[in-house]
Parts: sequence; structure tokens; C-alpha cells
Amino acid sequence: MSKRDFHRPTDDPLWLKLLLGTAAIGFIAVLLLLPLALVFREAFAGGLRAFWDAVTEEDSLAAVRLSLMVAAIAVPLNTVFGIAAAWSIAKFDFPGKTFLVTLIDLPFSVSPVVSGLIYVLVFGANGWFGRDLLEHNIHILFAVPGMVLATIFVTFPFVARELIPLMVDQGRDEEEAAATLGASGLGTFLRVTLPNIKWGLLYGVLLCNARALGEFGAVSVVSGHIRGQTNTMPLHVELLYNNYNYVGAFAVAALLAMLGLITLLLKSLLEWRYADELAAAHRR
Amino acid sequence: MSLTVDSVSKKFGRFPALNGASFVAPQGGFISLLGPSGSGKTTLLRILGGLEFADSGSVRFADLNWLGMPARTRNAGFVFQQYALFKHMTVAENIAFGLKVRPRNKRPPASEIQRRVKDLLDLVQLPGLEQRYPSQLSGGQRQRVALARALAIEPRMLLLDEPFGALDAKVRKELRADLRRIHDHAGVTTVFVTHDQEEAFAVADLVAVMKDGRIEQYGAPSDMRRNPKTAFVSEFLSA
Repeated sequence: MSKRDFHRPTDDPLWLKLLLGTAAIGFIAVLLLLPLALVFREAFAGGLRAFWDAVTEEDSLAAVRLSLMVAAIAVPLNTVFGIAAAWSIAKFDFPGKTFLVTLIDLPFSVSPVVSGLIYVLVFGANGWFGRDLLEHNIHILFAVPGMVLATIFVTFPFVARELIPLMVDQGRDEEEAAATLGASGLGTFLRVTLPNIKWGLLYGVLLCNARALGEFGAVSVVSGHIRGQTNTMPLHVELLYNNYNYVGAFAVAALLAMLGLITLLLKSLLEWRYADELAAAHRR
Repeated sequence: MSLTVDSVSKKFGRFPALNGASFVAPQGGFISLLGPSGSGKTTLLRILGGLEFADSGSVRFADLNWLGMPARTRNAGFVFQQYALFKHMTVAENIAFGLKVRPRNKRPPASEIQRRVKDLLDLVQLPGLEQRYPSQLSGGQRQRVALARALAIEPRMLLLDEPFGALDAKVRKELRADLRRIHDHAGVTTVFVTHDQEEAFAVADLVAVMKDGRIEQYGAPSDMRRNPKTAFVSEFLSA
């Protein structure tokens, strides 16, 4: 048998590799890289000065602050909720487990606008708690608490979804071993479970953060769009764009994209820095 | 001061895993639970270790209501079939785990822990491997580390769940002999689960042959071979 006739069963012909490779790269270039590049080009169309003025304008700064604040509240809470949900699903058996998994996926399957409307229904002036809340002068809708709630709802699945398959795959052996060696529940979690899931957790938190900063639909419904008060970055981009302030809109959009890119860069840096540890964790 | 297992039963859903298993073993004995898969031997072992809860029945050990204690206060070393070593810790950290998680007033000083890790590695014949990670060890070495980790807490009872199941025949024999030597040295009551009758008879003082969640016959290997009580036992031993 000549060498040419022999190839591995998983090996594909060159033309197929080239076709698939080009298709993938072309798809990414046209649908992801090109628009991103255009956003940056438009943002700097009026020069660096115009960009700087648009970004440091009072309402834009307020939008950046609000976006960061909403993420700073929603992401840690969802990290805790996500770990708790994944932990209980992966390490325990209880009735209704499948239902809980479905519930966790709910925010992914429901349109964000609908989730926003749910909060209007519950906390709005004509909603279930609307009147009581107004009487006690508590503002949830068209204020920061409502936007935080909407963001938490939409970004809830990211951490849990990342951790559940990981923790199910790792099984309960190490936790059981820790228990027989005298470790407490918290001690087992901190010394055994957490080190085993830290990379998946980090990835989930970064994704959750990116989405929390970028969430538009749900937040748009509950925000009320008050300039300088309840406008997050994505909402501010829309507002500027609708007011024909293209440089401003693209400048804030570029800033938002940069936050996303920094998140990605951070992840890559960590992966590079801890490459050996990652490899060791994958080897069994 | 003996181990008394009295009519322990356990169901998983509707499936009865244990159907009133009972036996008595002396303190410091080496008992093997032998049976085909599904006979309930692993379930009984996990109940002894506190990793599973019995529906009914009782266990007394060293005058303690054994089943009333949570796993972490039983001080029973457990060795798993798939090693269950902590992947992100070195060999030394794995072995020291049970000592480091103790409350501060009961925790030995760091130098004492280090000395004990070294002694245990000598005992399981892996001297000098302190700084390796589990992924850098062979299956037999991993199980030796798991054994050292279980012994580090100076256990009242040592429980082994098919510990050599994933290893090849030669390594199995070596480890079997080492386990017996370590048992005789430490004098700790040991319960050993296996489906391999040759292994059970070679290593244990007392063998409990299990079938359908019950103990079919219980006694010394020589008695059992001479005098099998049921057709199942004689068939299982001749297989």
C-alpha cells in the first residue's frame, strides 16, 4: 500500500478543509469583525477630539457610571446564585431537579423585552405591588432597582449554565473523600469544589459581566429613559442615534465594545498565565 | 469493642439494595464483602462510611451508635475505586488534607504534618513523591497515595471500595500484600469490598459473601471453602 492511500479515518481531504476553514473565517469577518471595525471608524470619524468630547459629555459619563453600577450589583449576585444552583443540581438528588434546570434556562428562552414587561406587571403603577410601593415612596420601576432586577433576570443562566456540566462531570467523589477525612461542608467547598471549578466559574462570570453591560431589551422596558439618570450605555447609544448624533452614538458604542474586548483580553491573559494549571486540570 | 452490623436495609427508589444485612466482626479484624455486582456490598460499605444512609437497622462500633454520626466525625478512612484524589493538590497536600482541616486546637503543627506525610509515603512505598500531582502518577501509585491519605487521619476504621478494580493483575497482587502488611502494622478494623473471590480469600480474615442485599454466608475463608452453605456460595467460589 502506498503512503498516499493511507490516511487516518478522521482525516478529511484538503479541499474540504479549505472550504470549511474559509467559510468559518469569512463568516466571522463579515458578521463580526467588519461591523466592529465600522463602529470604531465611525466613532473616530470626527477625530480623537470629537470622540473624547462625546464620551466625556455629562450624560454619557452618567450612562457609563450607571452601566458599571448595575453590572457591579448584578454580576456578584448572579455568581452566588449560579454557584448555589449548580452545586445543588450537581451534588444532590432531589425531586424537581429537572424542573429547576428548566427554570434556570428560562431567561434564555424568554425574550428580554418580555422579562422587562414582567417587572412592569409586578411593580408598575397598575401592577400587583405598584400602589403599595408608591405609598411607601419606594421606586423600583423607572429607577435603578428595576434595572438591576431586569439585568439579574436576563443574565442569571450564564454562571449556572457554565458550572452545571462541569460539576456533574466531576462527580461527587472528591467531596465524599473530603467528608470522610473530616472536612466541614464549607471547608469542602472552599478547599475542594471551588479550586476544581474556578476556570469555568471565571468564564461564566466574564460572560455574565459582558451581557450585564450590554443588556438592552429588558432594561429598556423598565428604565424610562431618563437622560443622565436611568440611561445605561446601550440605551444611551440608541438615544444618541435617534437624535442624529452619530459621532456620539458610535463613540459610546465603541466604548461599550472596548469594555467587551477588555473582558476577552483579561480572559486570554489569565489563560496564558495559568496555562500549566489548566492543562493539569484537564489531564486525569 | 467490636463491629456489629444489625439488619441494615436500604432502598434506592423501589430497588432494595440491602435487605437486612447483619454480621459481627472483632476490633482490628480484616473483613471482606464479596459478591457479584448489585449484591449490595458497596452500599453497605458506603453506609459504614457515612456516605449513604440506612433506611433501617443499626451499626455499633467501639460502643458508638455508628449510624447516628455524620461522616466527618466517624474518622473512617475511605478508599475509592477511582482514587478520588484532589486533582489540584500535590501528593503531600492530599495526604495532609485530613490533618489540615482539623480545628486549630486539634491540628498538629506544620512540621509534625510534614513528618507524618513522609512516614506515610514510606509506608506505602512511595518515598520522595511529595511534590508530584496525581496526574503525574500511575494508577497503582495513585491508589497508594489514596491509602496514605486515608491512613493519615489515624482512622478508627478503614473502608476500601474495590480499591484495586482499575489496576492490572500484577499491581493488584503487590498492593494486596502491602494492604495486609499495613493493616497488621496499624491494627485498624478494615472492611474491603471486592467481586474477586481469590482476592477476598487471600487478604481477609473473615469473608461475607453477599447476594441480593443479604449476607449469604459469613466466616473464615478456610471454613467457607470446606463447607459452603448454599448452592450460590459454592458456585460463586468455584467460578
